[in-house]
Amino acid sequence: MYSNGYIFRYAAIMVIVAAALLSAAAMLLKPFQDRNMAIEKMGGILTAAKISGVEKEETIAKFNKYVTDAIVVGQDGKIIESLNEGEKEDGAAFKLNMKEELYKKSKGENFELPVYKVDNNGEIIYIFPMLGTGLWGPIWGNIALADDLNTIVGVTFGHKGETPGLGAEITTPEFTEQFIGKQIFDANNKFTSIMVVKGGAKILPQKQQIHGVDAISGGTITSNGVNDMLNNVLESYLPYIEKQKKDER
Amino acid sequence: MNVKKKEHEPLFSAKNLKLLKDPLSINNPITVQVLGICSALAVTAKLKPAIVMSISVMVVLAASNVVISLLRNGIPPRIRIIVQLVVIATMVILVDQVLKAFVYDISKQLSVFVGLIITNCIIMGRLEAFAMGNKPWPAFLDGIGNSLGYGIILIIVAFFRELFGSGTILGLQIVPKGFYDFGYENNGLMILPPMALITVGVIIWVQRNRNKELIEER
Repeated sequence: MYSNGYIFRYAAIMVIVAAALLSAAAMLLKPFQDRNMAIEKMGGILTAAKISGVEKEETIAKFNKYVTDAIVVGQDGKIIESLNEGEKEDGAAFKLNMKEELYKKSKGENFELPVYKVDNNGEIIYIFPMLGTGLWGPIWGNIALADDLNTIVGVTFGHKGETPGLGAEITTPEFTEQFIGKQIFDANNKFTSIMVVKGGAKILPQKQQIHGVDAISGGTITSNGVNDMLNNVLESYLPYIEKQKKDER
Repeated sequence: MNVKKKEHEPLFSAKNLKLLKDPLSINNPITVQVLGICSALAVTAKLKPAIVMSISVMVVLAASNVVISLLRNGIPPRIRIIVQLVVIATMVILVDQVLKAFVYDISKQLSVFVGLIITNCIIMGRLEAFAMGNKPWPAFLDGIGNSLGYGIILIIVAFFRELFGSGTILGLQIVPKGFYDFGYENNGLMILPPMALITVGVIIWVQRNRNKELIEER
């Protein structure tokens, strides 16, 4: 039959061929994939700000047109870099790695976060990118706040691999549209974040209804992940938000 | 040249057609062979992921069936399972990479399925049971047939789960809004995995009831 030598040679050649094939594919396709991911990121930011018709070809042009300012903020709320002209995707804000920055935050080190300002025909919208954990892997999103830095204009969510039909429903309009008009500060100007609760806003006390949305049935851990992400990430942006509010007054 | 030309079997001979048809009914991978149940539970809460999954499995199963069938005479039997696994995994990752680069939207929908395709026992089952001992063309048909059989069950299960669990089909509202006013509620149990198993069970029951051939003798 087959000698041990043959089996070893066969296995070795098979593994090398498979490895070469996959590495070649990964290397050749990387630029295309990175481009798609950058476009998706831009699309997310624009969709959160309710700018419609973000088709693939137009995303880059629209991103550069509507985003008036790509800002990097420090943990104390200070603006570290602000790019308000030219190709916004070349700016430090767009290239910032949220995962690393949030990791630095968890270790108590200095961190920086990106903020985008969008001018939608005179309406100023602030967009805060977010990153968190779902059930199977990372989830992320963008939250767009109106001029008052309190009322939500729109949100988008994305995920690496949540369960289709359950946790993955966080990306659907049915889920994200619930956030529109909700507020992240209460009447006393205290940060409340947005609660993702089973049963939705209607089960909350009257006062808190403006801070709550309905979770996804069968997607409890993903919904909790969204809840925690909103809480954690918005909290990191608080110094900046407070500072902006003061400057406006 | 006196070499007698070997007679070719027609591409769609009765035998080959049987390869396509059998998995749809009396040799269905899910309801008769009881393979691939795991992914049938995971992706059938909504119809759309079920369809995407069926198509992905079809591509991977047909392609790896052909590759294994081409290699079948050189594969040392002692490491054949490893060889099959390498072929499946390579194929799946390659397809995923290409989709990510050129049709990003579809690849986003596929995200979680990629892992599920690699572990789908139907694929390995067909490679081991069929492709290892047959020529590429029948192996290709066998792959298509089995993935169709798999897909049909997935789609039937997803149809009922989405209809009763969410009141929608492919995301479109089917149950009229008026029903909800009269106290109709979507059945939350339908979108949880146990109901997929029960739905598959009901399908098996109906199929065995109609087709006596499938009932084992005591």
